[in-house]
Amino acid sequence: MGRFREKNFFRAIINNIPVILLLISVLNEFNFNYLELSYFSFDFPFILIFYWSLKKNEILGYGLIFIAGMINDVVVGLPIGISSLSYLFICVFAAYLRNITLRPSLIKDWVFFLFTIFFIKSLMHLLLVLFFSFELDYNMLMINLFFTFLMYYFLSHLFKLYSRIVFGNLYD
Amino acid sequence: METSRDDLVIAIRSALLKKNNKQRFSLIGLIFFSILILALGKFNFKAIDYLKFSLKEIIYRAAFIVSVPENFIFKTYSNVESHFNIYKKYKDTKAELKKLKAQKSIDSFVVAENKKLKKIVNNYFIDSNVVIAKVLIDKKSPFLRSVIINKGSKNYIKLGMIVLDNNHLVGKIVEVNYMTSRVLLLSDLNSKIPVTIEPGSIQSILSGTGKNYGVLQYLKENYNVENNSIIYTSGAGGLFKPGIPVGVLNTPEIEDKKSIVNFFSDFSQLEFVEIKSFNKKEY
Repeated sequence: MGRFREKNFFRAIINNIPVILLLISVLNEFNFNYLELSYFSFDFPFILIFYWSLKKNEILGYGLIFIAGMINDVVVGLPIGISSLSYLFICVFAAYLRNITLRPSLIKDWVFFLFTIFFIKSLMHLLLVLFFSFELDYNMLMINLFFTFLMYYFLSHLFKLYSRIVFGNLYD
Repeated sequence: METSRDDLVIAIRSALLKKNNKQRFSLIGLIFFSILILALGKFNFKAIDYLKFSLKEIIYRAAFIVSVPENFIFKTYSNVESHFNIYKKYKDTKAELKKLKAQKSIDSFVVAENKKLKKIVNNYFIDSNVVIAKVLIDKKSPFLRSVIINKGSKNYIKLGMIVLDNNHLVGKIVEVNYMTSRVLLLSDLNSKIPVTIEPGSIQSILSGTGKNYGVLQYLKENYNVENNSIIYTSGAGGLFKPGIPVGVLNTPEIEDKKSIVNFFSDFSQLEFVEIKSFNKKEY
């Protein structure tokens, strides 16, 4: 019985790796400080949310995504609600793509992801600059956008592999 | 044409309103809720302030725990690196110590003389209260440079108090919670402090860049500032005590002659910091 319970517990952890990764990434704010790559930064939660909302949306609940956004705002020091809003917008875009897609392809998802992050980052920074008087470095923003876009391709392969191993299907 | 427009509307409606049986919350409802929180936060609505305070207290502690593995990797990496460089560092430190010992005797005379002159000229002397705090979260966001420390209003921390690392300025307190506070680092884009450049006593504003250095702003071209000049706080505007060392000027000759300031303190290595407040004492 004990062994069965243990098995269930580990199974639950493995099944919820995207949720755990999302929470760790917003609490920890992946930054690669120790690599001393000053121009390397990307938004891991953006990739994670977009991919799982698109491929298997029951894994990441909207309530959880909302809370993850709030945590991110507190850790980074942004006005509360702004990351939640951007994460939820990612879900909207992913849901829209899911609804219009008949034959899924990684390249199409990737291009649509670029459009999504452009729209969401613009909205987020427009709000920060116009309503909250933040001063932002636009070069860093563009670099962040570029790497986020680039990393989607590699991470989506990893997620696909994970999905194949854990859930036994491809979801695309 | 009409059909494709209809398809788009249906897809958007279905993306926003279709309630999947495994989703407990409606997407559009949460979007409106986020906008509401943002708007109320902007106008400093009391309930949102309470929500912020309680969230911060919980999340800062949780983030500290979650960061433990990453910090461990980082510390191990720097420990290994410093072991490799230990002999070179020892030689450098020995040479520096010799210089500093010679300088110390001159400095103690200058300090005594300075105290005497301050009493005559300004009729006040500055006293300070020190609180030592541990850095809980040190996360470099691509846009913001700040750290969270484990002292808050419970320890009499107030907004605007200055934060030092080995007597070098690192930033100021911009947010105070009950048991934690946020320090805006000098490297943040939104950080601007009045400084004096020595030698020459030239006044300027040191602005953060979002990177590991700051730049001097509003410095007239006809001022000839020497390379390797030391930057101190000027105390203008009463924001900081004058004379706190900040960094050293490094003007690259090749680039656009931007006056770059390399901070004395390495903001990525902060572990413990001093929080000080300065009061003017009348004599």
